[in-house]
Amino acid sequence: MSTLEAGIEVAAIPAAAPAVAAFDRFYPLRRGLEALAAPLAALALAAALFSLFLLALGKSPAEFFAIVWKGAFGSWFSVQNTLVRAAPLFLTALCVAIPAQLGLVVIGGEGAVVLGGLGGTCAALLIAGAPAPLVWLAMGLASAAVGAFWIGLSGLLRAWRGINETIASLVLAYIGIALFNHLVEGPLRDPASLNKPSTYGIGESLMLPPLPGTQIHPGLLVGAVACVLCWVLIYRTSLGFAARVTGGNVRAAQLQGLAVARLMVFACALGGAFAGLAGAIEVAAVHGRANASLIAGYGYAGILIAFLARHNPLAIMPMAVLLGGIGAAGGLLQRRMGLPDATVLVLEAFIFVSILTSETLYGRMRWFQPRGTG
Amino acid sequence: MSGALATVAVAMLAGSLRVSTPFLFVSLGECLTEKSGRINLGNEGALVLGAMTAYAVSFESGNPWVGVLGGAIAGMLLGGLHGALCSLTRVNDIAMGIALMLAGTGLAFFFGKPYVQPSAPLLPIIPLGFWSAAPEVRNALAVSPLFLIGLALAVLLHWLFRATRVGLRIRIVGDSEDAARAMGLSIDRVRLLATAVGSALAGVGGAFLSLCYPGSWNEGLSSGQGLMAVALVVFARWNPLLCVVAALLFGAAGALGPSLQTVGIRWGYYLFYAAPYVVTLAVLVATVHSGRALRGMPGALSIGR
Repeated sequence: MSTLEAGIEVAAIPAAAPAVAAFDRFYPLRRGLEALAAPLAALALAAALFSLFLLALGKSPAEFFAIVWKGAFGSWFSVQNTLVRAAPLFLTALCVAIPAQLGLVVIGGEGAVVLGGLGGTCAALLIAGAPAPLVWLAMGLASAAVGAFWIGLSGLLRAWRGINETIASLVLAYIGIALFNHLVEGPLRDPASLNKPSTYGIGESLMLPPLPGTQIHPGLLVGAVACVLCWVLIYRTSLGFAARVTGGNVRAAQLQGLAVARLMVFACALGGAFAGLAGAIEVAAVHGRANASLIAGYGYAGILIAFLARHNPLAIMPMAVLLGGIGAAGGLLQRRMGLPDATVLVLEAFIFVSILTSETLYGRMRWFQPRGTG
Repeated sequence: MSGALATVAVAMLAGSLRVSTPFLFVSLGECLTEKSGRINLGNEGALVLGAMTAYAVSFESGNPWVGVLGGAIAGMLLGGLHGALCSLTRVNDIAMGIALMLAGTGLAFFFGKPYVQPSAPLLPIIPLGFWSAAPEVRNALAVSPLFLIGLALAVLLHWLFRATRVGLRIRIVGDSEDAARAMGLSIDRVRLLATAVGSALAGVGGAFLSLCYPGSWNEGLSSGQGLMAVALVVFARWNPLLCVVAALLFGAAGALGPSLQTVGIRWGYYLFYAAPYVVTLAVLVATVHSGRALRGMPGALSIGR
């Protein structure tokens, strides 16, 4: 036993700290608090900075936030509006959050949304005579399949050739949108749609009815169920565990014999299926036909929401509702305060930048960290 | 038949020269940023904010070149924010880029509202087609000085990366953080500057949109050139000279549909927009092998790991 070896032994003790943490019974609670405190602090900072922005323009921040609250959650009507806006974002955020468990950054959800919406519409038009529930099922399956294929392709390219999935999914999103425009303006176009080229409508009778007693379409419910199921999949099944192991360390996962390539393709396809479903729900519940209204940036908003939620499916829901609420308040802000409708974009940007920056706070405050018993 | 072909070719050349300039500037900017090891999707925001600022400054000052400068400064500020925030640990550069894309477009729409109506002085045009009697050719070769500046800039950046100390430092920081640390280079500072200058170039690209072609300011001005730049840079293999080729090709692809329409072919108008992306994807599939990064790709780039 040389002194050198003894020195190594001493140096190894801090590295063993996580094992000690098992005795720190309140650490999971404090970790949860940290995950709550950091984004809340960031939200407060964003609100403060935006207030300064408003003051510089000679507007009252108090009035502004009162109107945002009123427009987003102040009445039953505005709550419904908020939830309708949030519904597609639940699903498009999952398209980012699920591959993210494996450490993949997929940013092409927009392509899956528009192609899913188109695929769903085609399915509905093909079997238009069938009973409504059957048509909805077909729409859902077709859109999920199209979306799964489109994003799964990125996963496949990554697993097969090692092509970066971020670039591949972005490029595929542009190809998907061009394909969508080509089909909607050409072969699938309803000649009666003059100003806004669209496919044939699926018809009033096949539109998804709102949830009883509300204006909210069932897409919200689908999104919420999907988020909960994905949470279970990620945190309570061996498949999810395998995905998270891969995300933590690919080498370790491969040494364990996990089918990393298959996991990558599956995660991307599953995420893409949800994004495609979001497109079909927008068609069946809101637009009634596939047209350029589907290219509304749901895919890109989903990326931000997934990152804000730190890729936790349960956290996606409040984040999407927050964003939907701010969007819902836009009209009221325009009417009451004479602010341009882009004001909500600026507020959202302040919030996003602030919360994404707060990521750096994790692990910096001692109180939240695991403690030794000694 | 050959007459129709010539018409299409001239129309495509004209379209390509006209719309490639913003692609060129924003891809050169993105190339510079990515060479330093960071990816900035926020260049779309810098482009839109640059377009609005350039138009507003040109209108207020009466001088379009001051407007271009204003656009560059607006882009630089947004890029500087990206560079500064992403130097904090654990802040994701891809997500932050999308957030700043939203910030740039949001601020541009917010402050740009009063400038939709008034018409600002635009940049002059250089009539390189003076020798020809054909109006189509004269039209096609009426290039913007910004296009020529962009070409010069591509050569300059190529020389910078290959032959100068500054370029070498940027490449070291972009290829290996360990090597950069060992050399005592300040990684954060190099990346901050590369991102700020890169976004300033994106802002100039935006200034072309509002002060040259189409030459007005409105909320639908950009068709996503800032985000597409990421694909262009991959296509160009992080080589500034190839960025010129990529910009012309992406511009020509966009002009293909309208050009064919002039000779009566309407099919595939929108599909042609996808052509350069299909080519990019094909290039990726053909050249990337598992376990090996793309040739030319900076080693420390987050999308390379």
